[in-house]
Amino acid sequence: MANNKQTDVIFGLYNDEEDLLRAVKAAKNDHLDIYDVYSPFPVHGLDPLLELEESRLHQAGFIYGAIGTLTAFLGMSWIFTKDWPNIFGGKPYWSVPAFIPITFEMTVLFSAIGMTVTFYIINGLGPGVVNTYLDDRITDDKFCIAFDKSAVSAERAESFFKSTGASEVNSKTI
Amino acid sequence: MSAVVSPLRRPLITGNKTYHQITEDLISPTEKTPTKAWVIGFVLSVAVLTFGIFCIIWTIWVGIGSWNLNRTINWSWDITNFVWWIGIGHAGTLISAILLLFRQKWRTGVNRAAEAMTIFAVMCAGLFPLIHMGRIWLAMFIMPYPNTRGPLWPNFNSPLLWDVFAISTYLTVSLLFWYTGLVPDFATVRDRAKGLRKKIYNTLSFGWTGSAKHWQRWESLSLVLAGLSTPLVLSVHTIVSFDFATSVIPGWHTTIFPPYFVAGAIFSGFAMVLTLMIITRKLLKLEDYITIEHIESMNKVILLTGTIVGVAYLTELFIAWYSGYVYEQFAFFNRALGPYWWSYFGMMFCNVVSPQFFWKKSWRRNITLTFFLSIVVNIGMWFERFVIIATTLARDYLPSSWSLYSPSWVEIGIYVGTFGLFFTAFLIFVRVAPVVAVAEVKAILKSSGDQYIGDNATHGHGHKHHSEHSDTH
Repeated sequence: MANNKQTDVIFGLYNDEEDLLRAVKAAKNDHLDIYDVYSPFPVHGLDPLLELEESRLHQAGFIYGAIGTLTAFLGMSWIFTKDWPNIFGGKPYWSVPAFIPITFEMTVLFSAIGMTVTFYIINGLGPGVVNTYLDDRITDDKFCIAFDKSAVSAERAESFFKSTGASEVNSKTI
Repeated sequence: MSAVVSPLRRPLITGNKTYHQITEDLISPTEKTPTKAWVIGFVLSVAVLTFGIFCIIWTIWVGIGSWNLNRTINWSWDITNFVWWIGIGHAGTLISAILLLFRQKWRTGVNRAAEAMTIFAVMCAGLFPLIHMGRIWLAMFIMPYPNTRGPLWPNFNSPLLWDVFAISTYLTVSLLFWYTGLVPDFATVRDRAKGLRKKIYNTLSFGWTGSAKHWQRWESLSLVLAGLSTPLVLSVHTIVSFDFATSVIPGWHTTIFPPYFVAGAIFSGFAMVLTLMIITRKLLKLEDYITIEHIESMNKVILLTGTIVGVAYLTELFIAWYSGYVYEQFAFFNRALGPYWWSYFGMMFCNVVSPQFFWKKSWRRNITLTFFLSIVVNIGMWFERFVIIATTLARDYLPSSWSLYSPSWVEIGIYVGTFGLFFTAFLIFVRVAPVVAVAEVKAILKSSGDQYIGDNATHGHGHKHHSEHSDTH
């Protein structure tokens, strides 16, 4: 995860997501504190094992969307009743049905942009970000469990990786 | 993951792939030197695009007078092409968003390319209304911003302005959705690359690590963007249809337009996806990822939406007669038997008759026929827009102002030029990014790979249900 301080990690690579899930379960039973898990695709069933809370990104999306709704609707209302009242085709100044399409589009636009930007910011990702990658094959076909060496001793981690069938064990500072 | 998989589902990934082979197959087209076919295609596309740019500059330099529009037919080839391209742009979001919500796994084989196609098609579409304004350098007047022209704002009651909002939102959201899906795959390209290429792809991948929390948020974001895009995609063509439906022109002033336009858009979009994907899968050797199952599924969508379009045509005709309103009746009489009868019957044949071939399973699975019909459908959908726009305007209320229209070379050049733009962008895309979503295909391997399901499954690894099913086969 995104933090600026350096962490010494020891990590094991697994060849299959089911080996990974079994290993994460074993780590939980052994009360080993997992630093992070990396995989080439989202592995379902991993979040509850890692006790990851459900993402609140969609709640943020709702708020951004609501801001969009208000911006569009109040903006158009103000413009057509106060700033530039005009009669178009004999309709009232404040012709609400005609405002609905733009209000809808702006809701979607604000929500989508807001959520996407939030997603990259909270993940610490963005153009120009250079992270230390544990292994080049994690985006290919390896599934990785990493322990922080200050929380789990190297010997303990190594025996854990051996017993859970990791194909490789390495250390790195990230 | 022992997700329950129906034994009736056919494999979507063939060739007994491993995760590594998937990476290898899907990333390598971006790493190899371009093939001869690609180079020829690219040179041709750029040449056509250059001519298109020349015609656009000509239009801006000389003015809209270089087009054959007249006072009666003031929308024609330009708006036809605009609506046609926008329609084509509908399949990408439909595949990536609606099929995601419906948990249709076959979307993973084609979503990436279809989304790219959406973006390029919307770019081509947006071009037409912009140059049709005549003074493109004043295009920013359509955006509402505090200005020194009095307080002067665009007309928020106008469907044309709704269109501006709908299309720019659609383009933006499609771009965000597409790029967010690409980020993990760019990371895969990065981790296979060296030197400068690695740096470039690191920038493109935004420093993606594949951390569990990132994946969780990524899935959450994809799902909500899909949820937002679904009503968005329906709204875009609905609003495009409002451009016509809110007018008082007979033949345009109908409440059936929004659903009819949306169905037509999906219809033409899927046809274009098929045209492109049949070529792409062959040239990039992606037959294991874009299988006959994918093609058949898309043909089913074409059959459904084509039939909806057919029903809409007939409903329109019936209502024109049933309304008892002579102008409406004349508009339809004129479409079918007036000077542009050939475009009406072209439309009827291409859009109503041709998709009906797909009732037959073996024809849905026939690649040559599918390719041919996908082009027929696109021609038909172009005719549909031409019929609605130009032929309707050609015979308005006042016989003294009746007119005829044929495009000038500049208009033809711009239309042909948009193909150049579309294919140039698509060909660059296939060189830069994986055409099939790598991470998403890996995620469905164990539920859709041919070694796990289907007749040739060799191991039921990870599927408790599998052994039971294979016994009953």
